[in-house]
Amino acid sequence: MTAVEQVSEVPAPRARVPRLRRVLESPVFATKQSLAGLIILVLFVLVALIGPLFIHGDVREKVGPVFAPPSSKFWLGTDGGGADMVKLLVMGARVSLLVGFAAAAVSALIGGVIGLLSGFVGGKTDIVLMRITDYVLVIPDIPLMIVVAALFGRSLTNIILIIGVIYWTSTARLLRAQTKSIRERVYVQRARALGASNTRLMLRHVLPQLTPLLIANTVLLIAYAIFAETFITFLGLGDPSVVSWGRLIENAFTDDAILNNAWWAIVPPGVCVTIVVLACTMMGQALEDSFNPRLRSGHLSVRRFRLRPVPPPREVE
Amino acid sequence: MRGTDYVVKRVFFAVVTVFVAVTLNFILFRTLSGDAVSALRCRQCTPQFKAYERKQLGLDQSKLKQYWLYVDNLAHGDLGRSLRTQEPVWSTLWDPLKNTMPMVILGTLFSIVFGVITGVMCAWRRGTGTDKAGLWGSLAFYSMPPQWLGLMIVLFVAGALGLPTSGIKDPTLGILSTPSTWTVIVDRLRHMVLPALTLGLVLYGEYTLIVRSSMLETLGEDYVLTARAKGLSNWATVWKHGLRNAMLPVITLVALSLGFIIGGAITIEYVFSYPGIGLEIVEAIDQRDYPILQGAFLLLTFSVIFFNLAADLLYFKLDPRVTE
Repeated sequence: MTAVEQVSEVPAPRARVPRLRRVLESPVFATKQSLAGLIILVLFVLVALIGPLFIHGDVREKVGPVFAPPSSKFWLGTDGGGADMVKLLVMGARVSLLVGFAAAAVSALIGGVIGLLSGFVGGKTDIVLMRITDYVLVIPDIPLMIVVAALFGRSLTNIILIIGVIYWTSTARLLRAQTKSIRERVYVQRARALGASNTRLMLRHVLPQLTPLLIANTVLLIAYAIFAETFITFLGLGDPSVVSWGRLIENAFTDDAILNNAWWAIVPPGVCVTIVVLACTMMGQALEDSFNPRLRSGHLSVRRFRLRPVPPPREVE
Repeated sequence: MRGTDYVVKRVFFAVVTVFVAVTLNFILFRTLSGDAVSALRCRQCTPQFKAYERKQLGLDQSKLKQYWLYVDNLAHGDLGRSLRTQEPVWSTLWDPLKNTMPMVILGTLFSIVFGVITGVMCAWRRGTGTDKAGLWGSLAFYSMPPQWLGLMIVLFVAGALGLPTSGIKDPTLGILSTPSTWTVIVDRLRHMVLPALTLGLVLYGEYTLIVRSSMLETLGEDYVLTARAKGLSNWATVWKHGLRNAMLPVITLVALSLGFIIGGAITIEYVFSYPGIGLEIVEAIDQRDYPILQGAFLLLTFSVIFFNLAADLLYFKLDPRVTE
């Protein structure tokens, strides 16, 4: 009893910046660009989380005439199966965002481990891991994804794994470069001199420094994973049991929405994908640029594994 | 590092990558739960036929032997036969490839021209409304799924331009009379414009961003200042002194984007029913015709490796500092 009271009376060792203020001062809020991206992304996530609670039964159920134009009853009309487009889009958001977040997490995990090991251990491990990365980089990603999806089946889990397993290369390269520089910093050297093991150095001293960059990179990966899902699904390799934005585009195409001039069945899912991808790109790039200003000339883009231009500093003149 | 070392190293890397691609291809298509023959969607196929096919494909032998057989066949230019049509894979893919190439080239040209113009404009007028509009426009195109952009073009642009939206040639052409070469060429081009435009727009955003940032860096250089101080016109400063130097990274990036170009072309060809390699891949997926899929994947990978190597060597030729 008294022990508890004593503990609670011990003053904090150093004044900590209040959590809220720390969050508000983080680079996410520093630029308009990333703030806008964040707000859009949060809105979509909220819709994906809350929206389906108001939807009962199967969204693909026929509730109206085929390709009914937008009206007060169906705000965005109906699709080729007579289902309500608004409901389809809300459910689609859930699946598309799930694929985006989960696949990004998978590739961040793989890329993070490989990048950290490669950069920290160095030597032969580094050479071998980076060689593998180089080879994977050259193989065209989308055809590879198509082949793997065609061979290994069409469940949502498989699609998430396929996208995740193919997109780790850029993360690995980026984190390796960053790890190499952090490893040489004085505080890491000091911890090493104090006898910290490699594992401890990696996990306690290097990894926390990598986290911001890893997050920025993962946000970019979300964009690409959502994008890739529409690709796989469009070629008829998506999970037939779920509705995603990619599937809505595919359905509109195979149901001849164009011949029926039903723009409302095609335009909205693509607009959703574009907006979310745009939001993630804006946020990810702004974050990456602020966490990693030294990579001025450019670095790997998640989207297509190439150099991505980084806006030069303001003082050009 | 000396120049020849660099060239040798890049060529060696490309050769090893080819082997990695071949091996990956082999492994991917052998880890199926069934095998290529049992996966084929074919109702009329008798068990005897399937057994015969397995023997033909060497599926009854050990994995190592199969691998050796595969590499040996590849070295002789034999990609196997389509399970569906029994035609050699190579001849099945060659015609679509011939259709795809001009379309992809036209699309890339579109994107380079638009991308360079917008990128230079943005860099020259940096910070102004022009710059912002260009940036946002290119970011938006960068974020659109290619297949959806294609559908949008069919829906909203094709009608206004009066261009055909599917196929590669007018089926009525040549029924009544033999068309002149010129008519045939114009017909082909008309069918090529929309898929190429879609591909061009998909790439446009990225090229704009690259050209813009490369131009910004170049415009800050001393020699650009010198050029302006000499009294050269804006035009000469930007195009002769700025752009020529800014194009260096752009050239490599164009070559490196081939992997993505090819991927985008697959869905775009599907949207426009353009009988290229992408449509062939879609059909092969539909029928589970794995030899075709395998051959197409290998061809695409080889072309990407080849263009990567070409880009490396070209860059070395343009800027020998790269070896340092």
